[in-house]
Amino acid sequence: MIDMALWIALALFCAAIVLNFYRAVVGPSLPDRVLAVDTMYMNSIALIVLFGIWVNNKDYFEAALLIAMLGFVSTIAICKYLLRGDIIE
Amino acid sequence: MLDTIIEGAVAFMLIAGGAFAFIGSLGLTHLKDFYMRLHGPSKTTTLGVGFTLIGSLIYFSREDGPVIQELLITIFAFITAPVSAHMLAKSALHHKLKPDPRTRGNPVELESDKPRHTIEEAPQGNSPLP
Repeated sequence: MIDMALWIALALFCAAIVLNFYRAVVGPSLPDRVLAVDTMYMNSIALIVLFGIWVNNKDYFEAALLIAMLGFVSTIAICKYLLRGDIIE
Repeated sequence: MLDTIIEGAVAFMLIAGGAFAFIGSLGLTHLKDFYMRLHGPSKTTTLGVGFTLIGSLIYFSREDGPVIQELLITIFAFITAPVSAHMLAKSALHHKLKPDPRTRGNPVELESDKPRHTIEEAPQGNSPLP
């Protein structure tokens, strides 16, 4: 039962990342692209966690935690740059 | 019996997480302007990733005791998603992105580029400086 659910979830997350990539390439404005990349890293966290379930190894969550923290900081830094033209004033 | 229930819970969590994340990304691709597009990823994708992480937590804690590290990522994602959405909305208002006519609300930041009055009409104080 878990195998079937794992494959379905992997397919859905891969489709979601493809849609995010489309928006990041097409996106008419700069905040659109930032939002698409932000969503892409959220989806990749889930993809790494699903891979950890697949190989039955619980150490992969550290990679997911690193991606979560660095992605949040980079999104905030880019938004700060778009708002003020500078990151650390 | 208990194993079957736990496996069913894990499978439900994984499929629900995948479905929520896919719907969020579909909204990101399909909706009309930035202010609509912000809704999908900031709410739905966060919920989907949270479901997936909780499914993984149940899966890994079914053999040897509870594993709570994955809860850390869930809490972190649930705290940081509204913050980044707020910053993205602020930067979009700063860049004056055009809203779709169907988008409700009329924020002050989008009203017009022109200043309220020109320099000649500006209210003159009685300042001694020229």
